[in-house]
Amino acid sequence: MARLPITKTPKFYVGGAFIRSESARVFPLRDSDGVFFANIPQCTRKDLRNAVEAAAKAGPGWAKRTAYNRGQILYRLAEMIEARSDEMSAAIGLGGSTPAAAAREVAAAVDRLIYYAGWTDKYEQVLGNVNPVAAPYFNFTVTEPMGIIGVIAPDKAPLLALISLVVPAISSGNTVVALASTTQPYPAILLGEMLATSDLPGGVVNLLTGFREEMIPTFATHMHLRAISAVVNANERKMLALGSAESVKRTILLKSEDKRDWFATAAQSVDAIRDTLEFKTTWHPVGA
Amino acid sequence: MLVRSPQAALQRLFDEVGSVDQIGIDERVAKYATRSVKKASKLWGLRTAVTMVDLTTLEGKDTPGKVDSLCQKALRPHDDASIPPVAAVCVYPSMVRHARRALGNNSAVRIASVATAFPSGQAPLKTRLAEVKAAVADGADEIDMVINRGAFLAGEFGRVQDEISAVVTACGAAKLKVILEVSELETYDSIRAASFLAMRVIRPSDFIKTSTGKTSLNATLGNNQVMLEAIRDFYLDTGVAIAMKPAGGIRTAKQALTFLIAVKETLGDAWLNNARYRFGASSLLNDLLRQLDKEKTGAYQAPYYFSEAAESY
Repeated sequence: MARLPITKTPKFYVGGAFIRSESARVFPLRDSDGVFFANIPQCTRKDLRNAVEAAAKAGPGWAKRTAYNRGQILYRLAEMIEARSDEMSAAIGLGGSTPAAAAREVAAAVDRLIYYAGWTDKYEQVLGNVNPVAAPYFNFTVTEPMGIIGVIAPDKAPLLALISLVVPAISSGNTVVALASTTQPYPAILLGEMLATSDLPGGVVNLLTGFREEMIPTFATHMHLRAISAVVNANERKMLALGSAESVKRTILLKSEDKRDWFATAAQSVDAIRDTLEFKTTWHPVGA
Repeated sequence: MLVRSPQAALQRLFDEVGSVDQIGIDERVAKYATRSVKKASKLWGLRTAVTMVDLTTLEGKDTPGKVDSLCQKALRPHDDASIPPVAAVCVYPSMVRHARRALGNNSAVRIASVATAFPSGQAPLKTRLAEVKAAVADGADEIDMVINRGAFLAGEFGRVQDEISAVVTACGAAKLKVILEVSELETYDSIRAASFLAMRVIRPSDFIKTSTGKTSLNATLGNNQVMLEAIRDFYLDTGVAIAMKPAGGIRTAKQALTFLIAVKETLGDAWLNNARYRFGASSLLNDLLRQLDKEKTGAYQAPYYFSEAAESY
């Protein structure tokens, strides 16, 4: 007997839940041959606002986890992706990547996660310091997470680039609200499902789908976002720079014109963790 | 042999004041949350809600200093001077004189004090009345009393009403707010019945109030609606307008707007002012200010830019 086709409703991942846009809007996603694949939620600024509220709620608990525990959880996320790598490859393949290229991107994304999972309990030794001072004091510089970080992923390398921007931010205890690739949003939808089973507390990573031109103005002006880490063109850079000046947020803006190689070893670094850290220097009297 | 039964007494009261269709109320209030409030109305609602706040601190750790800063915030909630002061500050009786010192004698902000062995009400009547008189003597403009829930549930309605009457007398010129503590009354029927008992002995423009904020369940749209409808029915019967104060659990501007929609659609514009409707809340004001700032600047605001929103993440 013929089965009824079971078609999937892609939903985005906010606060540990899979939801539709508050506007109820969707846009059609077609594969590289132009065949309809699914309707993707078209998020609005209100969805962004709600995601920021969810991230704010999750933040203190996530930042209080031990660095070691954060590393364990990131490692488990890598396990979850590895186990569903075929499905993820197929999702990347929708955008026209060959199966081999898609599989290579998934493997690189998993490796990147492992890389940052290893750094969670080590960056403090590298970036923090005991400073020499000419008085009877200890002088320490220690790091603290900034808070909620906005991420805007590029259209190319829809999984690898997203992971490369999100994971260094959360490895230190930040939370993230990310806008996924507009042209290839489906890998981010799948990533949400993997995040949900990875022991990562709900709200630490929130993945929105939708149109850049609709969302970027709100990313720029939202006062509750402490930093923006984004791959953007000249117009978007200007908009983000102006909005961020008004709301005093840090901007880490990569130029989309630069055609960054996300597979390169240079695309991963402890510097990416430092980008979303605050440094605190304290003086303490030397004991007797 | 005649046996007194609380159930029979309650049933007679329900028959008299009418019972509540619980499903109907819940469906009705669920609709309020779906109203779309747009720019100008939203601004009006947010500003009106600010003027309706009873800015509250009721903690064992309250100090004169904390009450003083609460009063300053009540007078000038925001650095934007166009934002009006709140309706009142609400404090424990021992803090009334500190609040009076901070606000002065002709303040736009009134002083409300909980009294009558708040929140349980489990003290001898004499003690409760003495507390009310002391708070009024120290300068309280309004008294928030709790009803004797034990007597109500035992069916001793006369006693409940006599105690409220005694407090009315003790208040003198001060306004009275009667806290029903709805979470301990269990059902909508009981909430409606208790509302009527209270409304029959208090003065026009005294308040009935949902809760102390000290129990698990506080003001909800549902019990707010039951009490608003009781006020409406009482007004239609007698022409006496009673005011209303939901308290506890209202933390967001969006919730406050939904409660105002309930007031507008149940009682109309005559109740949309702080003489007839108040919010008992401590953190609501900050969210109202946050949303007002958002409307003004167009940018979503972070809670840590508003005082006492300690969460810094």
